[in-house]
Amino acid sequence: MRRGLRRAVAATAAGLAGLSLAACAPGGDAGSANHTSCTNEITKPDATRVTLWAWYPAVEQIVDTFNAQHDDVQICWTNAGQGADEYGKFSTALEAGTGAPDVIQLESEILPTYTILDGLADLAPYGAGDLEDQFPAGAWSDVSSGDSVFAVPVDGGPVGMLYRADIFSEYGVAPPTTWDEFAQAAQDLRDAGYDGYITNYATNGGAFNYALFAQAGWAPFAYDPARRDQIGIDVDTPEARQVLSYWEDLIDRGLVASDDAFTSDYNTSLVDGTYAVYIAAAWGPGYLEGLSDADSGAEWKAAPLPQWDPANPVQVNQGGSALAVTSQATDPEAAATVAMELFDDEETWKIGVEDAGLFPLWNLALDAPWFTDRRYPFFGGQQVNRDVFLDAAAQYPGFTFSPFQVYAYDRQTMALYDMVEGDSTAADALATIQDSLVRYAEQQGFTVR
Amino acid sequence: MASTTTKPAPAPARAASPRGGQSLLDTKRQWWGWLFLAPFTIVFVLFLLVPLAYAFWLSLHTKGIATGGESVFTGVANYVRVFTDADFLSGMARVGKFVLVMVPVQIGLAVAIALVLDTLATRLSKASRLLVFVPYAIPAVIGALMWGFLYSPRFGPANDIFGIFGLDAPEFLSRDLIFGSLVNIVTWQWAGYYMIIVYAALRAIDPSVYEAARLDGAGNRAIAFRIKIPMIASSMVMIVVFALIGTLQFFTEPTVLRSVAQGAIPTTYTPNMYAYSMAFSYSQFNYASTIAFALGILVFIGSYVFLYATRKQSGLK
Repeated sequence: MRRGLRRAVAATAAGLAGLSLAACAPGGDAGSANHTSCTNEITKPDATRVTLWAWYPAVEQIVDTFNAQHDDVQICWTNAGQGADEYGKFSTALEAGTGAPDVIQLESEILPTYTILDGLADLAPYGAGDLEDQFPAGAWSDVSSGDSVFAVPVDGGPVGMLYRADIFSEYGVAPPTTWDEFAQAAQDLRDAGYDGYITNYATNGGAFNYALFAQAGWAPFAYDPARRDQIGIDVDTPEARQVLSYWEDLIDRGLVASDDAFTSDYNTSLVDGTYAVYIAAAWGPGYLEGLSDADSGAEWKAAPLPQWDPANPVQVNQGGSALAVTSQATDPEAAATVAMELFDDEETWKIGVEDAGLFPLWNLALDAPWFTDRRYPFFGGQQVNRDVFLDAAAQYPGFTFSPFQVYAYDRQTMALYDMVEGDSTAADALATIQDSLVRYAEQQGFTVR
Repeated sequence: MASTTTKPAPAPARAASPRGGQSLLDTKRQWWGWLFLAPFTIVFVLFLLVPLAYAFWLSLHTKGIATGGESVFTGVANYVRVFTDADFLSGMARVGKFVLVMVPVQIGLAVAIALVLDTLATRLSKASRLLVFVPYAIPAVIGALMWGFLYSPRFGPANDIFGIFGLDAPEFLSRDLIFGSLVNIVTWQWAGYYMIIVYAALRAIDPSVYEAARLDGAGNRAIAFRIKIPMIASSMVMIVVFALIGTLQFFTEPTVLRSVAQGAIPTTYTPNMYAYSMAFSYSQFNYASTIAFALGILVFIGSYVFLYATRKQSGLK
């Protein structure tokens, strides 16, 4: 009997070995990128192929332009989802040790999360350091650390205030330029009979809420990729309390809505007059244009972000993206070429601006009259770049994110939701976030300063 | 150790003692048995046992993101952490609450409908049986997405319906009501499935039993509660176990609804969601494995206790 069992085990083992051998056979050449399917069509099959994950639909045209210009390198593009969807796949591929693309589009806020996992290649050896003066200083500081360059900036999200000029004029309220005026305008609109909200404060707007805090001088993290076991966490600061209490007060008074962002209800509220103001990054107008059920009589205008201290204006950034080369790139040099050259000509940027609604972080585009003077039909012909976003982008000083940013955002959403539900105050919420991040960082082996 | 090594002699003696030709036949049979089992065994080992063992191995190691991605053996440290983790425990308490509410509601509804359909013999009963079952045929993700729209304050029908009576629709996706909203989705989806199982069990009962009961003076209600339900007890135990395990592993519906209610459904809403976000949002595969294993242990204990308590009804005794 025992012999039978042993034989059966042996047979099973042999079967398994056979299976795994069989699995190996086609695996020999599966490693090369040539077998992955591309969304775009590749016309030069013999060139080195570089796989790219990027989420803007207009990337297809941009990739085609690049492929037409290059004979030695061809991009094979896949849309692996935006933000969290793509990051989940990338994280899993990093853990698995295989499956990541050669080049990946990431938001700069997520770069530390991947550099600490050794997921991104340093582009400095491929000459990326020489590109520094092609980009605004704040944007460059977001993608680099010391001499290392972990990504090449693509587009940015300088924040401004988009508002419904028709609603403000209908109720005889002037668009605010400071946060004090903003609170007053919220009350004035309500008193004048406007039954919507001046704006929405979304508890799940992770990066958006970071930008609002940052405007008051909030710098929650001290982190240097060169010393990756050290982190400073200072979320619960007077600046953050000032900003959060401000919004808590407006929400308590019923002047600001606290709906979740990025739901279909929220999207409709943005364009049907429920909110009079959309505090948005430069890619916001493109987002609005894509939404349905809009008010036909809506007149949108853009203005600079309201300030805490008009004498010392502070500009902030929300989102945008950069191109990074992953640690799994088969040909890092070719991949670095793609990351550095995909968005380095005007033709490409005209597609990016006109078709994708992007805000370039590339000085040659930022200085070009076709961009600075561009009139946006959505804003009734307003030159929103000249009026708002160019200044905001130029003055953005950069921001240090944590190497566990997704976790930090999730914790923030939980704490802020408790606050708007009335279970806690602004001070409680910040203390909760601080505690949970410190605990998490310690569990991850950081020395928390 | 000592006591087991004192008498090694008798064991090989017994094994060696020949039982004649039968043993050879046995061996042969065994061999063929394993061969027939092989297709299943290979799949079972490859896709269940190996991943389970790997997950367990992961759960015994720790890889902090600050420690250079080095995996360190930490034994049960992760398990100590998970059973003192407020997020895991509150998630467990929440699925516990779901068990207490959702399981009785689903099963009660399923049994009630099955009993009614069992007494009817019209064409209507066939149609109703199908209608009650149809939600189960809709993929869980699609069902949850659909309910997400129905619950939407702007696009859902609730505002119109409540508007007729001059009322404001409740906010189904708010923190206060999300529990009930989820119970509703799951009940809608699964009651029909359980109903079919109960119904099939009811049809398997010999009708002469009812005749005898009627002769003894039993009414319809007595037949339903004293005859039918006790006779299908083993099926009932089975569907309760299904519902129990499914509810403790609650994941799909809250995950889908989270896209429209990120505040009301945090990433730690259920232990499974917590494990998922640990693995795929935060790259904490080791701790995620621990959460999954801890949940598995609790599900196993829960199911075992239930099966033990109902061993008489299920016929497992």
